[in-house]
Amino acid sequence: MNQVERGACELHEMDELAARQSPIHSLCPLAKLLTTIAYLVTVLSFRKYDLSGVTVMLLYPVLLFQLSGIPVRTCFHKLRFVLPLVMAVGLFNPFFDRQPMLTLGALTLSGGVISMLTLMLKGVFCLMTAFLLMATTSIDALCAALRRLRLSGMPVTLLLLTYRYVGIMAEEAAAMTDAYHLRAPGQRGIRFSAWGSFLGQLLLRSMDRGSELYSGMQLRGFRGEFHYAAMKPWRWSDTVYLTVCVALFLVFRLFHLAQLLGSLLVR
Amino acid sequence: MIEFQNISFAYEKERPVLSNLSFCIREGENVGLIGANGAGKSTVMKVLLGLLKAEGRILVDGTEVTKGSLTEIRRKLGFVLQNSDNQMFMPTVYEDMIFAPLNYGLSRTEAEERVDKALEKLGLQELKHRHNHKISGGEKRMAAIATVLAMEPEVILMDEPTSALDPYNRRIVINTIRSLPQTKIITSHDLDMILDTCDRVILLSGGELAADGPADAILRDRALLEAHRMELPLCLGGARRQG
Ligand SMILES: Nc1ncnc2c1ncn2[C@@H]1O[C@H](COP(=O)(O)OP(=O)(O)O)[C@@H](O)[C@H]1O
Ligand SMILES: [Mg+2]
Repeated sequence: MNQVERGACELHEMDELAARQSPIHSLCPLAKLLTTIAYLVTVLSFRKYDLSGVTVMLLYPVLLFQLSGIPVRTCFHKLRFVLPLVMAVGLFNPFFDRQPMLTLGALTLSGGVISMLTLMLKGVFCLMTAFLLMATTSIDALCAALRRLRLSGMPVTLLLLTYRYVGIMAEEAAAMTDAYHLRAPGQRGIRFSAWGSFLGQLLLRSMDRGSELYSGMQLRGFRGEFHYAAMKPWRWSDTVYLTVCVALFLVFRLFHLAQLLGSLLVR
Repeated sequence: MIEFQNISFAYEKERPVLSNLSFCIREGENVGLIGANGAGKSTVMKVLLGLLKAEGRILVDGTEVTKGSLTEIRRKLGFVLQNSDNQMFMPTVYEDMIFAPLNYGLSRTEAEERVDKALEKLGLQELKHRHNHKISGGEKRMAAIATVLAMEPEVILMDEPTSALDPYNRRIVINTIRSLPQTKIITSHDLDMILDTCDRVILLSGGELAADGPADAILRDRALLEAHRMELPLCLGGARRQG
């Protein structure tokens, strides 16, 4: 399997993770979507020096990993390309903001370092939670939930098609990379001079397949609106899950738990 | 009944792909559309399905294929694409199969019933919840046929249904085709399969109708087939040519 093919495979793996069974998987997608949104809003709302406050929010993804049985490793493996980008966001803060902020024994951290770490954690936590949503909910169920939130059909359909389309493009890219390497033994990657025609071909081929696929859908009566699988009904457990989670987020956000704990321990 | 009246089509202006094609297919017929690579077989299918707009008239049960009648017409025609990967785009076989019935406004229970019926008919119950990317080429082709059966079409169109299949799976697909009661139009250059499944053959060559008649007669006509870049079916001695 070449690298691109592995990429295509990973997309399929998301579908499979989402098809597993666990207490989290069996929740109504809408409940999970709402909880995730609440989580993201809470995490992003922490002030930029509030490192300890943000750290506490780790509790939620950790719990989710536990309950859903999704391996943490899979998560980081899948996010390996995006994580560095997110981490890079705050990288320059330490250079601009040199005000000493926190002293841990001999170590003095400047405001810049603290805000960088805070920003990084925010990014990582948000990604992890978004991943967990995707890994415990199929894309179709998610789209159904979005429709339930009264999002109009068009963007949701587009989202779903894009998701499928990326899969196709990855498959074509994999086939082409194989064909290339079979005739360019020992070469790592694709020679720069071949990039233009490679990308051009890739675009043409995936457009071709995309339009075949789309006509396949039209021929089976598709007229722009998906009939999403019946969403799991909203049950008591969903209400409980949503309420408890949102309440926890509020507590984490409004009360300084780390400090409280700290002062308890010190005393 | 399907009627082609003077159909002409070209992807690019100077290069006609179909020229003045006329024929008529009656209910219950099994028609093999044969011809060398590039003869225009797939194009005929796409024109019939209204995916390409051609000159001339096509009638399906007396209704002309036009933009306005497409929905009604496509409902009657089930098309098995040549590349099953393009047909099966949902995560699981089941989701793919239920796609069409739901689009045609069936309730979920009715749609489910159809899915189960189609799977049972083809003996594929065990594929129902499998992931599309994890089934073999042969299984995928069968699943693609099942998705089309779940539409309960009056006519089944198949583009090269045995291409890229090993002999075992090819045989399964052929037996399946034979067991379907609907009117069928099958394109292929696998003439043995056509001989097994069709009673009438339309021979295309360079986009023109080169012959139209009983499968038995046309597929035995070595001179005719070779004039149009094809060979006798193997079972009729196609392999023993050198002698
Ligand atoms: N999208 C296209 N654009 C331009 N020419 C095409 C396209 N698709 C097919 N053709 C040409 O039309 C002719 C008939 O193609 P097709 O119907 O696919 O043949 P067959 O299915 O019999 O092998 C071929 O010469 C092919 O090169
Ligand atoms: Mg073809």
